[in-house]
Amino acid sequence: MADILLEARNLSKHFGDLKAVDDISLSVKKGEVLGFLGPNGAGKTTTMKMLTGFLAPTSGTAYICGEQVTSENERARARIGYLPEGAPLFGEMSPRSFLMFIAETHGITGREAEDVIESAASAVNLEKVMEQRIETLSKGFKRRVGLAAAILHAPDVLILDEPTDGLDPNQKHEVRRLIEAMSVDRAIIISTHILEEVDALCHRAVIINRGMVVADGKPSELRARSKYKNAVTMLLPLENAEKAAAALKGIKMVAGVEAAHEGELMRLTILARGGGDIADTIGDIAAVSNWQVSQYTVDPGRLDDVFRQLTEKDV
Amino acid sequence: MGAVKTIFRREFSSYFASPVAYVFLVIFLIMQGLFTFYLGSFYTREQADLVSFFTYQPWLYLFLMPSIAMRLWSEDRRSGTFELLLTLPIPTRAIVIGKYLAALAFAALALALTFPIWITVNWLGAPDNGVIVTGYLGSLLMAAAYLAIGAAMSAITKNQVVAFILAVTVCFLFLVAGLPMVLDTVGAWAPETLVLAVANLSFLSHFESLQKGVVTLGDIVYFAAVITFWLWVNRIVIESKREAG
Repeated sequence: MADILLEARNLSKHFGDLKAVDDISLSVKKGEVLGFLGPNGAGKTTTMKMLTGFLAPTSGTAYICGEQVTSENERARARIGYLPEGAPLFGEMSPRSFLMFIAETHGITGREAEDVIESAASAVNLEKVMEQRIETLSKGFKRRVGLAAAILHAPDVLILDEPTDGLDPNQKHEVRRLIEAMSVDRAIIISTHILEEVDALCHRAVIINRGMVVADGKPSELRARSKYKNAVTMLLPLENAEKAAAALKGIKMVAGVEAAHEGELMRLTILARGGGDIADTIGDIAAVSNWQVSQYTVDPGRLDDVFRQLTEKDV
Repeated sequence: MGAVKTIFRREFSSYFASPVAYVFLVIFLIMQGLFTFYLGSFYTREQADLVSFFTYQPWLYLFLMPSIAMRLWSEDRRSGTFELLLTLPIPTRAIVIGKYLAALAFAALALALTFPIWITVNWLGAPDNGVIVTGYLGSLLMAAAYLAIGAAMSAITKNQVVAFILAVTVCFLFLVAGLPMVLDTVGAWAPETLVLAVANLSFLSHFESLQKGVVTLGDIVYFAAVITFWLWVNRIVIESKREAG
């Protein structure tokens, strides 16, 4: 229990009648990257604002390294590195003076401040633009300035609200690499609605919908809840496809067959009933029936499918 | 204290991040000159004092101080840095005070740049410099009161123009409370004590006694109370806007 650095206990936030966040509990251990997922408006940002002490919860409590988070408790805030949604910055400052300002608010001054700014800036590759006005920087650089500000005081907990939102694929990759590098002895929580991010980064994912936690587990566990778990996908010539589909639908272990044209070929996705292991059986049938299968893959399950399944129902 | 200084430094230097600050200083000095020499008839009065310099300042400040204060909070609320500031490990009151002091320092700088008028009057005659010093003190205190109102109004809205208009309106009420026009209207139906209370609320009455070289504890306490009250309002507004995002 000692290395749980971030904990939320039954957090709720109501805006009038609207329950933006409804009884969310979660915890993040040292060295863990938690992906906080949900559709837009599910309450991700509101939850993060409560974790950082910006918003007071209607009920429930958040703890950072054992300190209760409140808008009064600066000790808890000192241990958080926070990148708010959209990474707001003071546009008229240069990254250097901005980071100096942030360092000073953490009580880091003089030579030490120069050192931490230097290392934070080099961690996010900011060196070239340190003297430019922030408002003249590209979106990617602005995001990096925000990240540098979040990490320069070596916080125990990093709370990043959509850190890669609006970045191009190269910049996304770079930010993810950075987060990965920082995760070693910290607890990191990132909110996102980009599912590839979770696969690339997170040790654990929490999916919320309408302010409530609807799933919590390792990405592989969540993926396994998909109807595509152990589904077999194969590519075969059009003339064989119809025959094959009809034959496969008759098998007890098969829940359904999805077909999609791909030029001269047809891609069949055979869903396993109850996520059972059908790969060998289907493989044998395909070989015996001589369908001329050209590609054959087994699906580990799809996160986007689980995400939709969990967040789309009863809308 | 360290946190106040950090916020102060950032806010103060941000005034000079754009040419607006210099434009403001120039406009302030030109307007101040116009008021002093034309409306105040500095030369034709043939008096070695700064009465004509100070007389119109309450009206000049009515527009200039809100324009210094209007961006203090509204800019942060608009750009989202409001959240950044409030999640830093520093107390909210340090941010409120640091921002306010930055605006005050900027106003003090503008006021200090009027020193040529003081040199001029000393060169032309032999003024009572003690009165001039209390005059400047009164002027700074009044500016400080205007700015405290302006800062609180700036926290109310994300729009600087709205912040400006709100601040001018509230400052105007504090200003005119001491005018005979208002006092006569109140005096027509209200008891003497209420009239006195309204008159005492006005910037004008407290400003004027300082212009005469009279420093009373009452005037100082009045301005200190007005400033404290509005900084407290500022804090309250921020706490409520934090919820509204």
